[in-house]
Amino acid sequence: MPTVAPLDLQGHCIAAVFLDDVPHFALADGAVHRLDHGHKTVQANDGLLSAFHDGAKDRLITGGEDGKVFAVRAGGEVAELASAGKKWITSVAAGPQGAIAYASGKTAFVRFADGKIREFSHPRSVEGLAFSPKGMRFGVARYNGATLHFPAADGKPVDLEWAGAHTGITFSPDGAFVVTTMQENALHGWKLADGKHMRMTGYPGKVKSLSWAPKGKWLASSGAPAAIVWPFSGKDGPMGKAPLELGTRGNAMVTSVACHPSQDVVAVGYDDGMVMAVRFTDAKEVLLRRPGKGAITSMMWDGQERRVAFGSAAGDCGVIDISA
Amino acid sequence: MSNATSDALTQIPVTVLTGYLGAGKTTLLNRILSENHGKRYAVIVNEFGEIGIDNELIVESDEEIYEMNNGCVCCTVRGDLIRVVEGLMRRPGRFDAIVVETTGLADPVPVAQTFFMDDDVRSKTKLDAVVALVDAKHLPLRLKDSREAEDQIAFADVIVLNKTDLVTPQELNKVEATVRAINPAARIHRTTRAGLALSEVLDRGAFDLSRALENDPHFLEAHDDHDHHDHDHHDHDGHHHHDHDGHDHHHHAHPSDIHDVTVQSVSLRGGEMDPKKFFPWIEKITQMEGPNILRLKGIIAFKGDADRYVIQGVHMIIEGDHQRAWKDGEKHESRLVFIGRELDAERLKKSFDACQAA
Repeated sequence: MPTVAPLDLQGHCIAAVFLDDVPHFALADGAVHRLDHGHKTVQANDGLLSAFHDGAKDRLITGGEDGKVFAVRAGGEVAELASAGKKWITSVAAGPQGAIAYASGKTAFVRFADGKIREFSHPRSVEGLAFSPKGMRFGVARYNGATLHFPAADGKPVDLEWAGAHTGITFSPDGAFVVTTMQENALHGWKLADGKHMRMTGYPGKVKSLSWAPKGKWLASSGAPAAIVWPFSGKDGPMGKAPLELGTRGNAMVTSVACHPSQDVVAVGYDDGMVMAVRFTDAKEVLLRRPGKGAITSMMWDGQERRVAFGSAAGDCGVIDISA
Repeated sequence: MSNATSDALTQIPVTVLTGYLGAGKTTLLNRILSENHGKRYAVIVNEFGEIGIDNELIVESDEEIYEMNNGCVCCTVRGDLIRVVEGLMRRPGRFDAIVVETTGLADPVPVAQTFFMDDDVRSKTKLDAVVALVDAKHLPLRLKDSREAEDQIAFADVIVLNKTDLVTPQELNKVEATVRAINPAARIHRTTRAGLALSEVLDRGAFDLSRALENDPHFLEAHDDHDHHDHDHHDHDGHHHHDHDGHDHHHHAHPSDIHDVTVQSVSLRGGEMDPKKFFPWIEKITQMEGPNILRLKGIIAFKGDADRYVIQGVHMIIEGDHQRAWKDGEKHESRLVFIGRELDAERLKKSFDACQAA
């Protein structure tokens, strides 16, 4: 039976992550709480809007209302990486070789590990950012599509067009596909080898959470009363295939998904605070956490694949131990 | 508000300020931010510009108009507002209300539609009113060279006719008549230096169906018993000028005899309606004429219904609800006003009349 160690905080949790296997919870007020032999807190942004877990460097990148970008490491070390003026930092991402990207208005910035910064201006707002897992390439979600840049070279950017507002972006772990979340209730995807489109529609709500299963075989998503899990194992991705619908509930919407690091299992968080783990093969469900005070906003599995850190919109966060 | 649970249930009111550069938006904003009214405002601006007040809750945001991918040309939202409002609402304890300042040339429609079309924004905030600041001296010029100035007036719930000290009383009356011709349903205030009680601008409930048509004596009464109830200004010279003749008609449309006015309004009036006819009719009208309709507002009397039904719309978006019981002696009458362009008044009137209960 899974056990839950609760951490009741005040405010909206932007990111729940493990850093050096210590659970960290970044809240919208910029405080980053951790359960490290007791409850400890450090301050990152003055108003935290965006966060990205940089797995390679074991740090949390945050962007905020103060126009600054911070890196938070285990043990409470907070370092300012960049400052972009008075405008909000609306999106952050981390890539290979210690590079990070951040967005302010219509400009995307890439900061390399050596501190050098490159700017990429766009005609419209930069909505979402993601690095490709391979090579120095990053993608920008924007109005009417996505743009792929090669920040380490002077190559021409690649534009991927699809009408509508694209709000978030992710690369598949093998770098073959780009998927965006949209202002409308849909995902859109491109197969990079040939530019083929993938329309993933039918969601009753906006998709705000995406998670790739091990080796990128599946892409789990929120935005429905079930976790919608698209098959990406074929060479054409999910085209012509139906997604799995896991953890279906009649009276709640899925707000957060986090795939297990090695198995075909997804942690599913709902708008009432419930968390379940669901297996892909037989859709078997295990209740991990009963409903709480607010919608689940963020989840992450730890390195031992034993615990799930979760955060909520109401601040009732915690860690689920499934080994007990 | 002390805990997140109750915060989540509270919809924060949003006031939209429109108006050309120089009309007085910044003056009004500075008053909203600095006066001692006991409320805290988050302000979303296009540029920090001249707001002389240092306030962490002033957010600069690039106007970003998104067309929705649903085939409807008038379904536009402000993408930047969705993001900023979402960010602000994650820490709702910091402010009591939001003010959105638009650029001088901004189309107010996508701003307003954001608060109806985006589920996240809609669940956390509610549009309170659209306020247009109008420069009394320069309006005639503005109307000549732009459609936006007219749209801003046509779309507003509250119109602040500012800088009245720069024009003669005659000019002022003419400007007000022009404003009234563009928008017969809004409240008009004459001011200098945006000097009016902030309660006339904030917390108006103009889109709140339970309040909208209740607290505004002007609404829909225009053109028959149209007298002086909204004149709280000091320099009023006794007459309200109408740009139309005769008060006995119960509908009209005027692509106006006033120069450079292309917006028209159609006011309809009838008896008790048959809901089985009215709803399909209003649905069809807004679907077909949606792009031409800037605003619509109405109070409908349904036959056999003890309650007033209020309705309001922006382009193709319509909302309606029962508001309150008809009062004793209150005439069971249906009234509806459309503000827009290229509206076929005759056809609207005929089809509206056909919805009346037998």
